[in-house]
Amino acid sequence: MQPSLPGKAQATLREVLPRLVLSPSLFLILLFVYGFIIYTGYLSLTDSRMLPSYDLEGFGNYANLWGQRNWLVALQNLAIFGILYIAICSVLGLVLAILLDQKIRGEGILRPIYLYPMALSFIVTGTAWKWFLDPGLGLENTMHLWGWESFTFNWIKDRDMAIYTVVIAAVWQSSGFVMAMFLAGLRGIDSEIMKAAQMDGASRWSLYTRIVIPQLRPVFLSAFVVLAHLAIKAYDLVIALTNGGPGRATELPATFMYSYTFTRNQMGVGASSAVIMLAMIASIIVPYLYSELRERR
Amino acid sequence: MARSTQPSFGTGKLMRAALYAVLILFAVYYLLPLFVMLVNSVKTLDEIRGGNMMSLPEVFTIEPWLNAWSRAQIGVEPTGLSPYFINSIMMVVPAVAISTALGAMNGYVLTKWRFPGDKIIFGLMLFACFIPFQIVLIPMARVLGMIGIAGTTSGLVLVHVVYGLGFTTLFFRNYYAAFPDELIKAAKMDGAGFWRTFTRILLPSSGPIIVVTVIWQFTNIWNDFLFGASFADFDSMPMTVALNNLVSSSTGVKEYNVHFAGAVLAALPTLIVYVVSGRYFVRGLMAGAVKG
Amino acid sequence: MSFLQIDKVCKSFGPINVLRDISLDVEEGGFLVLVGPSGCGKSTLLNTIAGLEKLTTGEIRIDGNVIDDLPPAERNIAMVFQSYALYPNMNVGQNIAFGLEMRGMPKGERDAKVAEAAKTLQIEHLLDRKPGQLSGGQRQRVAMGRALVRNPQLFLFDEPLSNLDAKLRVDMRTEIKRMHQTFGTTIVYVTHDQIEAMTLGTRIAVLKDGVVQQYGTPAEIYNDPTNLFVADFMGSPAMNLIPATVRGNGVEMARADEDPLVLGFDQLPGDVAAYEGQEVIVGIRPEAITDADSRAAMRAGQQVTASCKIDVVEPAGADIYAITALGGKEVVTRLHQDWFGQANQHTELVFNLEKVVFFDPQSGVRLR
Repeated sequence: MQPSLPGKAQATLREVLPRLVLSPSLFLILLFVYGFIIYTGYLSLTDSRMLPSYDLEGFGNYANLWGQRNWLVALQNLAIFGILYIAICSVLGLVLAILLDQKIRGEGILRPIYLYPMALSFIVTGTAWKWFLDPGLGLENTMHLWGWESFTFNWIKDRDMAIYTVVIAAVWQSSGFVMAMFLAGLRGIDSEIMKAAQMDGASRWSLYTRIVIPQLRPVFLSAFVVLAHLAIKAYDLVIALTNGGPGRATELPATFMYSYTFTRNQMGVGASSAVIMLAMIASIIVPYLYSELRERR
Repeated sequence: MARSTQPSFGTGKLMRAALYAVLILFAVYYLLPLFVMLVNSVKTLDEIRGGNMMSLPEVFTIEPWLNAWSRAQIGVEPTGLSPYFINSIMMVVPAVAISTALGAMNGYVLTKWRFPGDKIIFGLMLFACFIPFQIVLIPMARVLGMIGIAGTTSGLVLVHVVYGLGFTTLFFRNYYAAFPDELIKAAKMDGAGFWRTFTRILLPSSGPIIVVTVIWQFTNIWNDFLFGASFADFDSMPMTVALNNLVSSSTGVKEYNVHFAGAVLAALPTLIVYVVSGRYFVRGLMAGAVKG
Repeated sequence: MSFLQIDKVCKSFGPINVLRDISLDVEEGGFLVLVGPSGCGKSTLLNTIAGLEKLTTGEIRIDGNVIDDLPPAERNIAMVFQSYALYPNMNVGQNIAFGLEMRGMPKGERDAKVAEAAKTLQIEHLLDRKPGQLSGGQRQRVAMGRALVRNPQLFLFDEPLSNLDAKLRVDMRTEIKRMHQTFGTTIVYVTHDQIEAMTLGTRIAVLKDGVVQQYGTPAEIYNDPTNLFVADFMGSPAMNLIPATVRGNGVEMARADEDPLVLGFDQLPGDVAAYEGQEVIVGIRPEAITDADSRAAMRAGQQVTASCKIDVVEPAGADIYAITALGGKEVVTRLHQDWFGQANQHTELVFNLEKVVFFDPQSGVRLR
């Protein structure tokens, strides 16, 4: 600090310096996040097509949106995908964590193997699974070559089943992460409680169902929040795995928004779908963040 | 992670064996797609078409890798993935550096120089971590155009810095919250001001959280597809977008072995980071998941 | 004029008043102890002296100069923290030198100063170690070294002994007292431990709810408490505070299954006489109730001897604490170590009336 500054000015600078340091980030966030949310919200109320237009036309886009078969398909797919993805990841993650927590030799090798898909891009995951699930080249073909001629697994080409292949690939990518969360939770449980339960004569089953799993409630909540928001944002995986197909059978809100905004020249409808996605995520995240931040002082 | 803390029940040998069998089966499940990609990336196209995806190559060839790297047709020119690999690096390095540096300073201010309203600011930043990026795509495209960096690597750097800020701030804030306030007071008594307290006292102790943040940001930005697909033009296209173009291009013969080599190339940087410093990778995931 | 003057200082966080109108003076070379239960405002007061927190109203002066607007570093004050706050990334030498470095002292001079301070505190062999490699006592020394090396005009200590085990705490207490005697620097010391307060301070300020309850020498605080809170807080075992009824020149304390015990005074203090027939609280320290053998140890004065039933006996080595019941309260007495009575038996107890103090049971104010 310059010694030439008068004492008062120096004191003022000391006061505001921290806020000054924070301000560029705050500016970026306010503009690029909240400003943009407002902008997109506004667009969703206009008659924007290929280019943004600023002529308000009320809630026409929303009415239009809910009349679109594709949007309803996307929502239905999101429901199927979201529920299965969250449920299977949670169950698989919990089971793997409990199994790994049995003083396993080689845990140090197994854990990273379960977890590595999380480091991959969804594009890579999609590419790998697209091929693996391809009836002519992948699993089905392999089974046939191994002599199981009647084996069929052509979900990825089947309009009714394709969405489940997205679930398979997504679970493969994320379940290890959920396992790691549960494992950390298990390791955080007071071992004296476990000993006490054993002294009380609890069987292994009741030890887990009555003592351990109830204590993992916060982990379930965190896992739910993380998985739910990943599910709503899911875009890359579908693009790489099925590209929304066959037909539009694996359309999700994220792919719907992108194609309506940038390829179908229906920007107003695209914006309104984005607003609805934001509303879905906010309804999960805001209460969660609020309670998390409240707990601390 | 600490060793298992739970008491051991008397367990039969059979149970133990079943346990290991299940665990190994899952390991196979997680490894299989990677194995398939690797094995088939060194086979000839004929062998892939005619053979079993699980079998090891009869003829080992490195040709698909060379193709993927420098000859495969992505768009008009047969350049291979290498220019896009470079694009990704040119994008990731500055984006990670800037967002980490800003996050560190934000975390420092939000924990050690608190002022009225700081919690609201943090809340605003935290929520920004979770927004679906679809909500910002349209205005972002306009703003990038307005400031003249549409379709450039600089534009992507800006985008990734902005939408990474929430996480980097969260990481540093939580780390610095556990850093004793008395040390800051002691530094004040010793005459260190805002910056010297940061550079001399906090930063030297921030090694672990810097590693966590850098890994997190690196992984997320390298793996990003949506922003790359939306805001990059042909000269600034990142690796993930190029890979997707390569794999889903409908012209010509589908060279699966080249696709696999390309996919592994795209995955390689993050996989290497994961293998080298998995512990920090996991810590980042946890910190990103368990807020507050 | 006093060296450190704390003049009508108030501090509030929003609607909460943490410090209310605090005025304290310390002479140069004095040792002021701020003592009180947690949340009483003692640490906040210390932080305002240090400049780490701004006071709301009032003034703090050192050597006649107002320091309120100076940042901490320009106040020429050093502080030893509860956790010692040693910078974990620097070794001991760098820790001690950091304050000098921040003030722009050249390296050669710095090294000489550090060496000197290290020699005084006998930590020369530790200079290259990191704080994490030090024991609690060593950390305490380094923290003191960091304060000493700057040769400040005022030392602040924020509960520096509370993280040490019992034995080390006593050793380090002596060390701090010795340092004070050697260097003669003015010290302000915060603690919640009343024994530390008694042993270290030349002046003690007892705080509660942001208000100074009493300010005086250790002897004044101990023997002449101004209210029930100070009487109860200072001293271990605590002063016996017994409900009693005033009857003429005596006070009457109820006993279970026995006649009340009457302490007859030559002359009750004037304030107490006005409570005729009403209840007062009688304060009497354990050492002022003793057995016949220890009577000689008491200074001659007004005494009352009475037979009391002993409920519990607690031998403590040098003394024996025997517990009886008066006015519905447990009353601790301090007996000679050769006393051979037993629980559930009666024994003759001598009450030293010179040491008895009285309080109003509602307001807790001392009656004189």
